[in-house]
Amino acid sequence: MSVKSYRAAIREALEHEMQRDPDVVLIGQDLAGGAGGGGEDDAWGGPMAVTKGLVGKFGRERVLDTPVSEAASIGAAVGAAAAGLRPVAELMFCDFIGVCCDQILNQAAKYRYTFGGQDQVPLTIRTTIGAGQQLGSQHSQALYPLFSYFPGLKVVVPATAYDAKGLLATAIRDNDPVIFCEHRLLYRLREDVPDESYTIPFGEARIVEEGGDVTVVALSRMVHVAAEAVRALREDGIDCDLIDPRTTTPLDTDTIFDSVEATGRLVIVDEAGPRCGTASDIAAIVAEEMFNALRAPIRRVTPPYAPVPAAPELERSYVPDASRIIAAVRSVMER
Amino acid sequence: MTELSTPYAPSREGLRGAYRTMRRIRCFEERLHAEFAAGRVPSSVHLYAGQEASAAAICAHLGAQDYLHNTHRAHGPAIARGADLIAITKEIYLRAGGLCQGKGGSPHLHDARLRLIGANGGVGSGAALACGSALAIRHRQENGVAVALLGDGACNQGVVSESFNLASVWKLPVVFAIENNGYAEATATSYAIAGDNLAARGPAFGMPSTRVDGADYFAVHEAAGVAIECARSGGGPSLVEIMAPRFYGHYEGDAQKYRAPGEVAELRRTRDCLTRLRQRMIDEYQFSTAEIDAMDAEIGVDIDRAFAEAAAAPPPDPALLMRDIYADRSGL
Repeated sequence: MSVKSYRAAIREALEHEMQRDPDVVLIGQDLAGGAGGGGEDDAWGGPMAVTKGLVGKFGRERVLDTPVSEAASIGAAVGAAAAGLRPVAELMFCDFIGVCCDQILNQAAKYRYTFGGQDQVPLTIRTTIGAGQQLGSQHSQALYPLFSYFPGLKVVVPATAYDAKGLLATAIRDNDPVIFCEHRLLYRLREDVPDESYTIPFGEARIVEEGGDVTVVALSRMVHVAAEAVRALREDGIDCDLIDPRTTTPLDTDTIFDSVEATGRLVIVDEAGPRCGTASDIAAIVAEEMFNALRAPIRRVTPPYAPVPAAPELERSYVPDASRIIAAVRSVMER
Repeated sequence: MTELSTPYAPSREGLRGAYRTMRRIRCFEERLHAEFAAGRVPSSVHLYAGQEASAAAICAHLGAQDYLHNTHRAHGPAIARGADLIAITKEIYLRAGGLCQGKGGSPHLHDARLRLIGANGGVGSGAALACGSALAIRHRQENGVAVALLGDGACNQGVVSESFNLASVWKLPVVFAIENNGYAEATATSYAIAGDNLAARGPAFGMPSTRVDGADYFAVHEAAGVAIECARSGGGPSLVEIMAPRFYGHYEGDAQKYRAPGEVAELRRTRDCLTRLRQRMIDEYQFSTAEIDAMDAEIGVDIDRAFAEAAAAPPPDPALLMRDIYADRSGL
């Protein structure tokens, strides 16, 4: 056990899985960087510096830098996975799915089903999500609900370094396509993480806090914002359950149902938008299955139905903060 | 443009196999055309008649270690790759026992054991998937190649240009085999292909490239042989543009009003790869008419049996709706 960043935990999982299975290959832009240039090899080690050092350990045959061609490189990763490799492809920003939708949503997701179960596609796509760096409308979205729309994909949204490491190992060993969503504002988050390899099962939520008055479900970076709100509310005598589903497909509805059964009140905090998002999805499932247990309307805390703006003042009012979560929890306690 | 011109003559036995494959495809598609017109085909189908030499010649060079990525005009290449005729027919009829258990249908004919990969709805993505197959082949040192069949229409998809580049950058054992049948759906290549020459795109990506007459089995056999051998021996990707006429519409039910009057009849008269092959086998390879007629009769029996079995097959098990969405169901 040692203190590691979210970034280092992800790198460690990649390294362990590459050591464990020679069929694990990395595919993406600038995973090493420096190819063909006159300067340093491994100059970047990934656009987010997650893969630094791996090319030195495993060589360019297993750390494959690509041209700026998401459609071809993600498509090649799908083909390689169907042919028996275990590729980990990197999609630098989830926003760039716009140029490789067919490869992810039609090819990867439906390959096994369309062909009558003849094949499996053990592919992991690592991508980054989230606002907060003034990167504007096309580098700041949290598009995981889009992936969860598609049966055939699994979707992981780790909030902590510990979860990131264990869930990435599970993703790489899983025999289905997994979209692994790393929140860029979490890369510097540090905590105790085991040095050895371990896995965390998909579809098992983490109960972050136990309270009993209100159920708060939060995802990815919103888990930390919600935790801040929950601490403040506790000082005012409102005790919340805080649940991090960790994967949106599969979704651990049992843990959410158990909590709502006891509290009768549900607030969902999501950095994805208010329409057709994860918060709406969870709200619909709970409303349908748990209506009689509810003592107040379900509240969703999400960004507004707007693109992500670049200016910090505008961006700050876009992303949900603790005060909005506190207000939502108080409003359901009034009923 | 780099010309691929190494001699690559088929053997007499090879010709027998090629004729059998091409004749089988032609009979199958003509039968399907008639069945569709009679309202007995439950789905949309795109016929391969006219293009048979392409699939037959390419598959003549492929072994068990090689991948063939199909287009939506899928029946011909599936037959040429050796997929079971009855399972193909059942799949087109969306019945139990189909290649994909009735869940894929005509464009998605897929047989993993034969490394025959089903097509993509949006066309063109097979070029990228083939790069992945080739990467896996090279990683496992299997001495194989991946052939991506592409239509002229698909070549205007960005993913295809990206894949040409990626294959060349990574020096992958891939052959991009473009079947140019003159039309993307209802739009002619003379309108939609700038420069009207897809083979010319190969050298721009550092690939050897050639254009061949798809009505001439011998020409396709040579060009495909050279390109496949180049990939197999570590020489990287190549491009082959096969000019192959389309004898039917984009899909069955297409009235083809966009074609000039008499165009198809003229193509059938002057550019039929099957009759040309038959004539050369008789003229130059001492096949007798009776010998070839006997092959034709045998194939007719196989086709009748495949359609009879498909028509009699039950629908898929209702439980298949929710099966094979995932390989690992833990947590779901």
